Parts: sequence; C-alpha cells; structure tokens
Amino acid sequence: MKRYVIIGGGVAAVGCIEGIRSLDREGEITVISEEDHPVYSRPLISYLLEGKTDIERMKYRPDGFYKENGCRVFYGRRAVSIDAVSHTVTLDAGAEILYDKLCVAAGSRPFVPSFDGLDTVENKYSFMTLDDALAIDAALFESARVLIVGAGLIGLKCAEGIRGRVGSITVCDLADRVLSSILDAACAAVVQKHLEQNGIDFMLGDTVQRFEGNRACMKSGGTVDFDLLVLAVGVRANSELVRDAGGEVNRGILVDEKMQTTLTDVYAAGDCTEGYDASLGARRVLAILPNAYMQGNTAGINMAGGEKQFENAVPMNSIGFFGLHMMTAGVYDGEMFEDEKNGSIRRLFVKGGRLVGYILIGVTDRAGIYTSLVREKTPLDTVDFDLTKIVASNLIFSQDIRRKKFGGVV
Amino acid sequence: MKRVYVNEEWCLGCHLCEYNCAYANSGLKDMVVALKDKKIFPRIRVEGEDRITFAVSCRHCTDPICVKSCIAGAISNRDGVVRIDRNKCVGCLTCVLVCPYGALAPGEDGVMQKCELCLDNACGAPACVTGCPNRAIVYEERSETQ
Repeated sequence: MKRYVIIGGGVAAVGCIEGIRSLDREGEITVISEEDHPVYSRPLISYLLEGKTDIERMKYRPDGFYKENGCRVFYGRRAVSIDAVSHTVTLDAGAEILYDKLCVAAGSRPFVPSFDGLDTVENKYSFMTLDDALAIDAALFESARVLIVGAGLIGLKCAEGIRGRVGSITVCDLADRVLSSILDAACAAVVQKHLEQNGIDFMLGDTVQRFEGNRACMKSGGTVDFDLLVLAVGVRANSELVRDAGGEVNRGILVDEKMQTTLTDVYAAGDCTEGYDASLGARRVLAILPNAYMQGNTAGINMAGGEKQFENAVPMNSIGFFGLHMMTAGVYDGEMFEDEKNGSIRRLFVKGGRLVGYILIGVTDRAGIYTSLVREKTPLDTVDFDLTKIVASNLIFSQDIRRKKFGGVV
Repeated sequence: MKRVYVNEEWCLGCHLCEYNCAYANSGLKDMVVALKDKKIFPRIRVEGEDRITFAVSCRHCTDPICVKSCIAGAISNRDGVVRIDRNKCVGCLTCVLVCPYGALAPGEDGVMQKCELCLDNACGAPACVTGCPNRAIVYEERSETQ
C-alpha cells in the first residue's frame, strides 16, 4: 500500500487527493495543514467581510470529505523539513512521517516590506487567510479610516469587502495604476474611476516611507491618518522546504508538466510553484485557484501511477468590483484589437496568428471561448476573426468544429 | 450517459427552448405567470442569426474545467452531471472565464445557473428538448468516439 503525504491543506491539496483517489482507493493519504480549518475557499474572504457568504458556505468541500477519501489530517501542524533520501517529512513537534510519494502544496505567504516604524502600528493586518479576515472583521467599526497598501487583486477585493462597513478607505501603491499585474494603463484607469465613484481613494505611484503609530508618512510628502492598516503588497511562494531538501527553486518550486520537482518522488502544486505559462512561453508563478486545483490534480494522478500532463496553464482572472466585472487572460503582447462601446472595453492581443491574451471590462459573456483560443493556441485563420474581434461566440467556429463541440461527447 | 446534443441544420431559431427552460426552472405551474412580460434567464441560449442558429447549453464534459476552476467549490460533477450549488456561488464568473463552450450565464440575481438536464425539477428530462419542434436538440446517449 502506497503512502502519500501532502504538505498543505488548501485547494491544491484537494486536487491532489482527488487525483490520487481517481486511481488508488487504498493508499494511505496524510495531509499536513498549517491552518487549523478544513479546506475553505480562500478567495471568498472578501465576500465574507461583505456579508455575501459565511463560513459554512465557504467550505470548499462538504464535511466528511477527508473521511470519505480516507485521509489522515494533521491540523495546525507545520512541516519543518523534507529528507528526500530517506523519504521522510519532519513535523514541528519532531514527529517523522514516511512517504512513498510527497506533494508540496504549501501555498504562499504575504510579503511584508520592511517599512520604517511598522512595529509602531497597532492595528495591522494581512489579507490572505480566513483568520486574517476574521481578525479584520472583529476590528472594523463604522467610522474607521482604513489604509490599504497594495492596489492589486487582494488589496482591492479587501477594499470592496469592507467599503460598506467603514468610514473611509485609502489605497496606495508604488505602481502608477490599479491592478498592474492584470490590466494595462488604459483599462486600469477605467477601473480606478469606477472604484473612486464607489468611495475608494487612491494614492498611486506613492508608497509609505515610514509609519508613526497611526500615521503613514508617504514618499510624496503627504500623510495618511488611519485606524486600520491592511498590508496587501504581494505574496511569496513557500518554497523553502524543497530548496532546503536540495530541490531547485526560483520564485517558486520548479515543476515539470507532471508537477514533479527536481527531487525524486517529490511533487509540488499551487501557489508555491513556478510552472510553465503557455501564453508567455516561459516559467512563471501562476498563483490562481484554477491552476492550484489543476496542478494538484495532475500531481495526484502521477503520484498514484497514472499519466497526466498539465501543459496549457495560462494566467486568467475573473474579478468584479461594485458590479463591474472584468476578465483577463494570457499576455498583452503583439497586435492589439480594440472594441469600445458604452463604457465597456474588449482588447484582444494577437501574435503569430494566435490569440495570446485579452482584457474584457464590462463585456464578459462567453469569455471562456476566448480563453480556450488562448489555451489551445487555436490558429486564428481557422475561425472567423472579424467576428471574434467584436463578440465571443460559437459562431466564430466552422460548422464542422461546432458539430464536434455540440454533437459529440466532450 | 444521456446529454443534450445539437443538430444545427434543423434549428429554426425559434427560441422555444429558452422559454421552456426558463419555465421548467421557474418552479411555477402556470407558464404565463412564469414568463409573460418578464426578461427570461434561460440556461440554454440560441446563438446565431439569419441562416445559422443553434442552441447552446452545458455539455456536461467528461473532464469539466468549471468544476476545477470554481473558486467557491460550488460546481460539482455527480454521476457525470455537472451541477451548481447556487447557495455557495458568489457570482465571480470564473466559470464563464473558463467554459470553452460559453455555456454558462448568471441568473437574474447575478448568481450563476447552469443546465442540470432538468433532473431535479418537475420535468425529469430536458424541457428544451421535449419542446423543440424540429429535433434540433436531442437528449440521448452518444459514445465518445461518435
């Protein structure tokens, strides 16, 4: 009987468990979860603060998931080292666990820059875990002035989640625009305006030089007085366990298309990895939930002796703020085709006869058709590209292709 | 398993499937009360115009990417039928982002909904197919190699 060990208890771990169990019902699965909760949907923490969900509905899998899948779970425990030669994982209290196949799904952690005087700030929070959200939830009050450092996905979802519950929100970022990781300058300006109309204030191209208690002294010379500080600057992959065991890491743990690390019998999945971005044609950390599941699932199937390759990972995001939805995928490279109507934006990026990326703001219907063109590297001369430029529709495909898509088992 | 398949050549573009879908999932007994003067949010949508039309609903893929991508764990695959727990959905639209068939759209409340083959409503089999006047959509078994 095989012994599987998974370090981490998030979505990548669930993908791994389900991958293993699709082939092996008998093997012993041990999960080491640093968080003291059964798996939950982390991207929902902003919706929790907003009151759009609750802890019960945030459960990523039903109660009984681990039991039904025959998993032994260590909650609130941390793996401190991996010995890839003796095939053992050592836990924080010294216990050693033997494995035949190991999956490191250790996620990431908030990156906190060394701001001067940060230790003088009493009410400071990260926004990544359920415990972070619960701590913020307990600290909010109606007149609270909130300073959020970081205008990325995490910082802005936090802003949206708490807007109705606090007095004011200021978001600052060193970048000169919001959502700089997924939007170009023109699209970011549209989204920023929408956020401002919904009561979020911005200080962009600016950063905190030092904190003096509840006051942030900005590089631009201004000051921001606040009651609560949320640090959402970015995240770092938890790759140290594999690095210390002699495995190769860069900005994340290096994995191949089977999610194998450079260590024998050690796999990795999720936010702790640096895999291959098919749209970029290079390695990149893709810290998004679908990727975590698919990597974990791929790892699990291979750990159980199956054959699975995950080769078409691309960055992709669907996110909304105060009713304005946007979707993005791939890279913004090559020739741009733009269609702007009634305040909505559709930008397609074409290179080498393929759609390599897109940005959609306010026009997201059937966007998955675009995503599939990016992921599958569909030659654009096989679709009606003039139509593609203005609408995501199955009409762009030939009748033959449609017959396969809608007349067959897919 | 049985799925809904499209015979594009036979589609008249009459949109009856959309109305039958909206009615079947309304939970109401009276079709007039359910549909009259209302904007409908069917789980099947007729695409196209003029000569080419066809009805698109969930393919119930054998390896559904929506299930793997849902950030709320709200979409699951039970016995081949891809279902959504609307109570867990927060309307992030990630399923729309990933579905290669463009087969999902939010309901009136902004929460996602999708074709579940009418297995859980009063119809027991897809109302869109039952009401299609020209067999442009059918509900049947097809093999993976067909």
